[in-house]
Amino acid sequence: MELIFKSFSTGYTKSKVVKNVSFKLNVREWIGIIGSNGSGKSTLLKGTLKFIPTLSGDITLDGKSIKDHSRNSLSKKIAYLPQQLNNNLNISVEELVALGRSPYKKFWDLDLNNKDFNIVKKAIEIVEIEKLRNKFLNQLSGGQIQRAYLAMSIAQNPNILLLDEPTTFLDIKYQIKFLESLKQLIKNNGISIITVLHDINLAARFCDRIAILKNGKLIDINTPKKVLTEFNFKKAFDIDSHILNTPVGLQLFPVSKK
Amino acid sequence: MISIFSLSKGSVYISIEDIWLAIFRRGEEINQTIIWDLRLPRLISSLLVGSALGMSGALLQGMLKNGLASPYLLGISAGSGLVIVAFITFGLAQIFIPIAAWLGAIFTTLIVFTLSKSGNKISIERLILGGVAISSLFGAIQATLLLQAEDGRIQSALTWLIGSLNSRGWNEIRITWIPILFSIMLSLLLARQLNLLSLGDELSMSLGNSLFRSRCLIGAIATLLAASAVAIGGLIGFIGLIVPHFSRLLIGSDYKFILPLSALIGGLTLSTADLIARSGPIEMPVGIVTSLIGAPIFIIILYKRSTKKIGMY
Repeated sequence: MELIFKSFSTGYTKSKVVKNVSFKLNVREWIGIIGSNGSGKSTLLKGTLKFIPTLSGDITLDGKSIKDHSRNSLSKKIAYLPQQLNNNLNISVEELVALGRSPYKKFWDLDLNNKDFNIVKKAIEIVEIEKLRNKFLNQLSGGQIQRAYLAMSIAQNPNILLLDEPTTFLDIKYQIKFLESLKQLIKNNGISIITVLHDINLAARFCDRIAILKNGKLIDINTPKKVLTEFNFKKAFDIDSHILNTPVGLQLFPVSKK
Repeated sequence: MISIFSLSKGSVYISIEDIWLAIFRRGEEINQTIIWDLRLPRLISSLLVGSALGMSGALLQGMLKNGLASPYLLGISAGSGLVIVAFITFGLAQIFIPIAAWLGAIFTTLIVFTLSKSGNKISIERLILGGVAISSLFGAIQATLLLQAEDGRIQSALTWLIGSLNSRGWNEIRITWIPILFSIMLSLLLARQLNLLSLGDELSMSLGNSLFRSRCLIGAIATLLAASAVAIGGLIGFIGLIVPHFSRLLIGSDYKFILPLSALIGGLTLSTADLIARSGPIEMPVGIVTSLIGAPIFIIILYKRSTKKIGMY
């Protein structure tokens, strides 16, 4: 399922935070959004999910404008994880993951059917937290909580996954592990992903394309090889940098401004 | 057990066998009258009011994501309190107090909800602050009325404001059992929405939940429950605040379990409190008992929560 941004602008009340952004998310593609603080990365995701209104332009999902998608139909196609996840819940991992089935449930459906249970079980297996199934969320570590929420999003059975800084609170091991499981998800389930990432080097390692935002405008979107240039980083972050070619691809090393 | 105990206890003691006889309209006439006209309606009242308050508190704490929310937060105490006091000070027909209190509660909550609405959004913060503002406004009018009232009337107004189940009969039950049972049934269907809300606004929206719709629905049912409870027992405090916390302490924060458990514990707690209230040498309003016992328990729960890791809502 393709997600196409056509000169899309969004923001709060009347001021545009994201301005005239155009690009297309292809099937099985992973796009990483980078940019300095306040450049509109998270806002772009929020606009896509209709948390905030479209101010101009449009986004089409499956050929249909998001304005014409109801919240429910949107939730069956796009799953989203915000940066701050509630980690102080006294509910079991399985119950949390089961909430991912909500878009498919009617108001009066109190319980899940067998099909839902299988989907929930599978989602838990994909993120490898079978052993934690009956643990309460507030007994888990940050990395485990993150994966439990990812399982919930997988149970939502989306075509597209939008993740806002999913690795911020994880240590290096879990960062890599988490991003690798996303890669598997694209391969096995055929979904597409947009992540907002602070860590440019992780974005360069995992994403198919990288989009750079500055002041709400898209200044470049391309493969990591083409986007990671000293020129771009000067422009986006106002820093000097060295780009090195390493065994895991291009990596960026910022240098303090002279 | 509490039920049987509460049927047998009172100024006249009735044995268990006699209770059963009386319930089936046999045995001594006097026992039949005591059970059917006094103690049974009172027991049913306490169960209805307690479960309504417990459930209403659980709904509101979940919806507002605030462990300090009680069923009275959104203007119910202010609205019904004002109406009750007005009825009593102006000497209007006492028989209409329950229905008037019910209407006052619902009307005031409607005002608070309208104040918190902007566009098709309901702001939680404005809901809480609106409730506080309306409560203090109505509280002031209520106090003025009480000051003007004749001596004897203040007493009877106070009984309502503190909350009492004294001499509650089939009349009150007849008006309120349908809305209470109906709302309790409906509440059980709201468990998933409450669980979704506890994930946070954005995540809950991305899972297809309409915040506006679920806030209106949950608020409406919680109000219906609390207003009906007030129509029977007046403003009985603390049950709606503590019982949901106690349920969470027992079974975690899954609303599928919190909601029914809160209704159950609420009913049991209030019937026990009422039993205590009328066991002493002089009968106390049950609202005093719930607050006297409830406040220390609440402090213990708060203390435990800070030492163990227990979810707030």
